[in-house]
Amino acid sequence: MEITPELVKRVAANARLNLKEDEVKKFAAEMKEILENFKKLAEVNTDNTEPSFHPVPVKNVAREDKVGKGLDREEALALTPHHKNGYFRGPKTI
Amino acid sequence: MIKKFVQEAKAGKIDLIEHAQKALEEAQKISQEYHYITAWADVEQRAKELQEQAKNGTAHGKLFGVLVSVKDSICVKGVETTASSAILKGYKPVFNATAIQKCLNEGAIILGKTVIDEFGFGGFSTNVGKGYLKPLNPYDKKRSTGGSSGGAAGLTKKATFPHLAFAESTGGSIVNPASFCGVVGICPTYGRVSRYGLIDYANSLDKIGTMALNTEDAALLLEVISGKDEHDSTTSEQQVPSFSDTPGAINGLRIGIVKEAFGEGIDNNVRKHVLDAVYKLEQKGARKIELSLPIGMNYGVPTYFTLAPTEASTNLAKYCGIRYGASEQLTGNYNEYFSRVRNNNFGEEAKRRLLLGTFARMAGYRDAFYTKAAKVRTKIIQEYAAAFKQVDVIITPTVAIQAPLQNFMIDILTVSPNLAGLPHMSVPVAEANGLPIGMMLIGPQFGEQKIIQAARAHGQ
Repeated sequence: MEITPELVKRVAANARLNLKEDEVKKFAAEMKEILENFKKLAEVNTDNTEPSFHPVPVKNVAREDKVGKGLDREEALALTPHHKNGYFRGPKTI
Repeated sequence: MIKKFVQEAKAGKIDLIEHAQKALEEAQKISQEYHYITAWADVEQRAKELQEQAKNGTAHGKLFGVLVSVKDSICVKGVETTASSAILKGYKPVFNATAIQKCLNEGAIILGKTVIDEFGFGGFSTNVGKGYLKPLNPYDKKRSTGGSSGGAAGLTKKATFPHLAFAESTGGSIVNPASFCGVVGICPTYGRVSRYGLIDYANSLDKIGTMALNTEDAALLLEVISGKDEHDSTTSEQQVPSFSDTPGAINGLRIGIVKEAFGEGIDNNVRKHVLDAVYKLEQKGARKIELSLPIGMNYGVPTYFTLAPTEASTNLAKYCGIRYGASEQLTGNYNEYFSRVRNNNFGEEAKRRLLLGTFARMAGYRDAFYTKAAKVRTKIIQEYAAAFKQVDVIITPTVAIQAPLQNFMIDILTVSPNLAGLPHMSVPVAEANGLPIGMMLIGPQFGEQKIIQAARAHGQ
């Protein structure tokens, strides 16, 4: 498989990482090696095998729908300098 | 040892304020030299509260007056909790993790947070986040503590005051450092302990567990924190046995010895001493059965390193420099801002895993990597389930080598039991060349008592 710097940049953009050029180069070389190693998994016959997304069976659990206390607004906003008039402030979206 | 201390503390025979102050001073001194603690809790205030309880006869709880350290990926209200990552710098949770609350309800004193590989990304505690110091091995400062719960293991070994440690494992992060630092580490079955308030690495693999100088003490903390929690839908309703009262009687216990884990690539001292420990268990009435786990042993590592980073890449998507943790001036559009804050604050290994994980679940690659690995995981779970029809406990060395120098890396024996969600623990069985050797005991799902039993029979 071809792991090009362009592909790494695409992946990094998806991962919201603003990689520097030297990082792109380094990770491209490393990913190539690591993914080669992962290809080993193809040796295992998994025909008719369901994937496991948990180690134990997991079922949906619903709790009683009752009103509880949420996080206090002031407490939540105290964790960041980015707030104004009781709301979080974020960067420009458009 | 902890139980005796708790009894005395409740009876008012120990001045808790003086005790806690002394312990704090000792821990500070150790940490200055070995870099184990990242943030301190208000030890003195808590000791005063408890002292008051002892005075007026309301002292209660299984951990009354015991100092407990907490792996830095577990939330403690008001104490900086960062998973040893710069991206969470300054984050002080406004709530306690369920496991922490349970231990406070039993009278514990939180000491502080112990350093880890950033978000748990490593087996040697050499991948601590930007601005953090690597913890040093208590036997030899040039060597690794193992990871990712490296600070927890090192402090457990060095502290001379009664102390228990919270640790956490995703792919071996409890038993691995326990082995390198010569302490006992127990990782329970997936779902035994609530993950509410645990900073996720990979949520289908993460398990909070414990460390102590002996099995009884590690089992005591485990029994306190186990159980169903309405805040974590993956917690099990299975009844929690009294782990710390499990006796070390093993007559007739069937012990599975994994052929592949004693073969090539295993250090000679490690092999010899773990086999000696198995022999000791046989002398006490256990029956040895050789078995083979070809899929887990040969394909566990690529399976783990596909699944864990994939989950991590979604779990870490929430760190964006807005609501808590690291923040910068709000310049640029949202994509530019998030990407900049993240790239400036995540360490190298975190970036590597985010890239791998994002890649493995991207359209066009997902089936070949992520889904394939999830299928191999099923095979590994099935392989263990079949093995546990023949044996009660599986034994391997915990790590193939003794504690390496700080810059060394090696693949590990611990990923497969983690993929299968099995309880496992490491107990120190010998020392060679001045460094400890750990034996790993693996049990069937929710079979913690079996491994505790065997560990105690060995004398740990």
